Amino acid sequence: MVSFNSLIAVALTYVAMLFLVAFWAERSAAAGRARWLQSPLIYTLSLSIYCTAWTFYGAVGYATRSGLEFATIYLGPTLVMIGWWWLLRRLVRIGRTQRITSIADLISSRFGKSAQLGVIVTVIAVIATTPYIALQLQSVTLSVSVFARAGGEQWGNDELNATALWVAIGLAIFTVLFGTRKLDANERHSGIVMAIAVEAIVKLCALLAVGVFVVWGLGGGAADTLARIDASDMPMWTPDNGRWLALIFLSAGAFLCLPRMFQVLVVENADERHLNMASWAFPLYLFLISLFVIPIAVVGLDMMPEGSNPDLFVLTLPLSQRHDTLAMFSFLGGFSSATSMVIVSTIALATMVSNHIVVPLWLRLQAGEGAMISGDVRDVIILARRLSIAAILALGYVYFRLSGGGTALAAIGLVSFVGAIQILPAMIGGIFWRGATRVGAALGLIMGFSVWIWSLFLPSFGAGAVISEAVMQHGPFGLSLLRPQALFGIEGLDPIVHAVLWSMLLNMGAFLAGSLVSFPNPLERLQGAQFVNVFDHSTGSGAWTTATAGAEDLLIMSQRIIGATEAQAIFQREAARQGKVGYLPDVTPGFINSLQRDLTGSVGAATAHAMIGQLVGGSGVSVEDLMAVADEAAQILEYSNKLEAKSAEQERTAKALRDANEKLTALSIQKDAFLSQISHELRTPMTSIRSFSEILRDGDMPPADQARYAGIIHDEAIRLTRLLDDLLDLSVLENGQVILHEQTGSLTGLLDRAVRAAGVTDSRLEILRNQESERFDLTTDLDRLAQVFINLIANALKYCDAEHPRLRISVRQSDEGCYVDFIDNGAGIDAENQQLIFEKFSRVGDQSKAGGAGLGLAICLEVMRRLGGDVRYLAEHVGTGFRVTLPPEAVAETALAEL
Amino acid sequence: MSGPQKNAVFLERANYRQRRLRDASRLLPILGIVLWTIPLLWRTDQAVGPSNSRMVIYIFGVWVTLIVASTLIARFLRSDETRD
Repeated sequence: MVSFNSLIAVALTYVAMLFLVAFWAERSAAAGRARWLQSPLIYTLSLSIYCTAWTFYGAVGYATRSGLEFATIYLGPTLVMIGWWWLLRRLVRIGRTQRITSIADLISSRFGKSAQLGVIVTVIAVIATTPYIALQLQSVTLSVSVFARAGGEQWGNDELNATALWVAIGLAIFTVLFGTRKLDANERHSGIVMAIAVEAIVKLCALLAVGVFVVWGLGGGAADTLARIDASDMPMWTPDNGRWLALIFLSAGAFLCLPRMFQVLVVENADERHLNMASWAFPLYLFLISLFVIPIAVVGLDMMPEGSNPDLFVLTLPLSQRHDTLAMFSFLGGFSSATSMVIVSTIALATMVSNHIVVPLWLRLQAGEGAMISGDVRDVIILARRLSIAAILALGYVYFRLSGGGTALAAIGLVSFVGAIQILPAMIGGIFWRGATRVGAALGLIMGFSVWIWSLFLPSFGAGAVISEAVMQHGPFGLSLLRPQALFGIEGLDPIVHAVLWSMLLNMGAFLAGSLVSFPNPLERLQGAQFVNVFDHSTGSGAWTTATAGAEDLLIMSQRIIGATEAQAIFQREAARQGKVGYLPDVTPGFINSLQRDLTGSVGAATAHAMIGQLVGGSGVSVEDLMAVADEAAQILEYSNKLEAKSAEQERTAKALRDANEKLTALSIQKDAFLSQISHELRTPMTSIRSFSEILRDGDMPPADQARYAGIIHDEAIRLTRLLDDLLDLSVLENGQVILHEQTGSLTGLLDRAVRAAGVTDSRLEILRNQESERFDLTTDLDRLAQVFINLIANALKYCDAEHPRLRISVRQSDEGCYVDFIDNGAGIDAENQQLIFEKFSRVGDQSKAGGAGLGLAICLEVMRRLGGDVRYLAEHVGTGFRVTLPPEAVAETALAEL
Repeated sequence: MSGPQKNAVFLERANYRQRRLRDASRLLPILGIVLWTIPLLWRTDQAVGPSNSRMVIYIFGVWVTLIVASTLIARFLRSDETRD
């Protein structure tokens, strides 16, 4: 018979060994030699803290009561693990990129680093987990008492309580030692993970050993055991109104949401690829753990005396067969299950409590000085964690004492699960749906939490303990719709199914509705995009503006949180990256972000954000930053902005091109018109030259005709020559290549010359002049001016249609120069044509009468402009009138010369 | 010419396999749910329903099947791709 003292000795030796393992693992990790510590196998084994003492002892008891239903607790996690590509991969990636430290941190971080959400999740987690910790204490004390009883001692409550207290104290010491040794930027605890992996192997082997002993030692082999199972009256299958599916869902959700599971699944995950192995290895672990549960239950019911506690069959079966070593091993397995769960749960909860409640409160108390307070924040954080660990274990112990260690604890596992999954909607919604908002998450969490408290947690203390019998029966204040276990009048549901159904429905309803009607702040939207699209851009978090944070301030603050050496290393690295010498890099948004992530590992996202926020000033996220870092929407926006800029530029270019094109088209039209005019003008004389020369070639005609035809050809040739001369003249004038020959001569002489040259003397045209007014000299290019005068006189000669054509030439001098008007008594030019007459090839009225090509006035205008004067049509006179204006210089110089 | 051509086809095929493996990985839990929902259809009275041992064997058999399938998928699935 194993003595009680030897049991204590074995247990203490085992604990000492765990200390050594943890210590050694920490040392190796610190020395960087612990590559294999971060292997997928260790990761998988660390997940086994899902199997607590509730599994180790409780599964068999559960099976004796409900048969196969016990397996639901392991089927849910199996489904989650084999479906890792859906959810776990995403969670782990988010956890790594955002440096998530706990499930409260995940929710807080997702919804804009909201401090309030962190507090809500922490409170839910603490309340839901405390009873679970109490359950572990109870199972350890019960198992110890079994040995005590077997050793002949009869234990009362005092001894049980004392054992629980000592276990709690021992666990607190272990957890404080290995869970808060350092503030790691990654919040990983190699020592604890290693110890848990060892415990995982111990508990699996212990349960398998008991199972093998039961099946082959007591049951007589596999076939016989199956026969025993068939023969057993144990209720194997109780398809009780939806419990089967509800429990699978519940365990799957709890597997993700329990703080300790989140800690090992996401926070302690060193490498995403470990999931690959865990996806099949952990289901295998669960399978092996469950494999012998039914046989142990069946054989235990057969062999153990009536009334023995089926929850302890794993221990009592070997004991009753006097297999002390096996019983001892089994005890260690149970002890391992309980301790590993308590250690990790406590660390996870302590992290949450210190990061989301204690440190923010402390920071607020120090608000006057902000993040600039003196002293080392690290000490505060570590102290906060240690106190939290002690407080949580104390809470568990108090709960254990209050509940009296009775059977009420047996159901607490599922109650705890239902509490934990209240975080599920906010978590799943947060990582898959960008529309999820802080308000929605808070509403959902509070709603689900309230329903859970009312419909399951408070009633779990037993009828009349917290909620009176009357309220259970008739609802509070007689409101039967609010009866805790028959909400909204739906009766007859299993309490667990009832609580899962209503808490989840109302939780999700509030979450969705709240998200739909509220509007997220910029940080929330940024975080939402980063969480949901974590695979698109696994870098960056909320961007800080560099407003006021000095590198020195940041360094001082970081030193206090992550320690001087590490902080200086980070700053030095960044400075080196920026190509600077020394410790102080430029404070870029990118640097602040990476620094914040480093700090997040130590104090949680919300706190790190708040601390940096105090230094940097303001919420820090500007619209530009949002667009630069954030989601694909921003990227699209940026892209489209670029496109818009580009298209605006293109539009400008296109407009310039269009303008140029229009000009070219206009020019081309002008050119076409000009060419067609030219060809037309050339054609007419050419045609007559050709036809008359053909007639001459054919010969055989009277000499008189011959001379006439030759005369026509000659005239036409002259006309052609004149046209070409005009064109050449115009082109020279337009191109500005003309050379002016200044001469001085009298206006009278010039006009006489022009009248003669125009051929007026032989015509009917009468010229009226005032010779007196013309008697002054001009200094200009007299030949060119004469050309203009000749043209104007010739026009009057050609076009004046009066019966007695008269042309009045009047000269007047003024300050602005000298005017020479040519006004005849003809019909004048229509208003619409007055603009056209100075254009090339423009001829007004009857074409046949025109002798020239219509270039005359165009040439006149060009000449006058060259001479610094002008020629324009005088619309206000009766008849056709042109006014030639000469510049004052042309007259004034002469006047001076005369003096 | 044929060398790179073949290569390209091979790569394409490998990528295609990876995609289908991911699909399989996603579908596996759904298969699990379906198979583990079937017990709800069992008759509960001992006389006509399946025997206790067959129930146990069924539940654990499905479990083993899923684990084996998951092992095979995990064996060939490359998880280091950044996108899904």
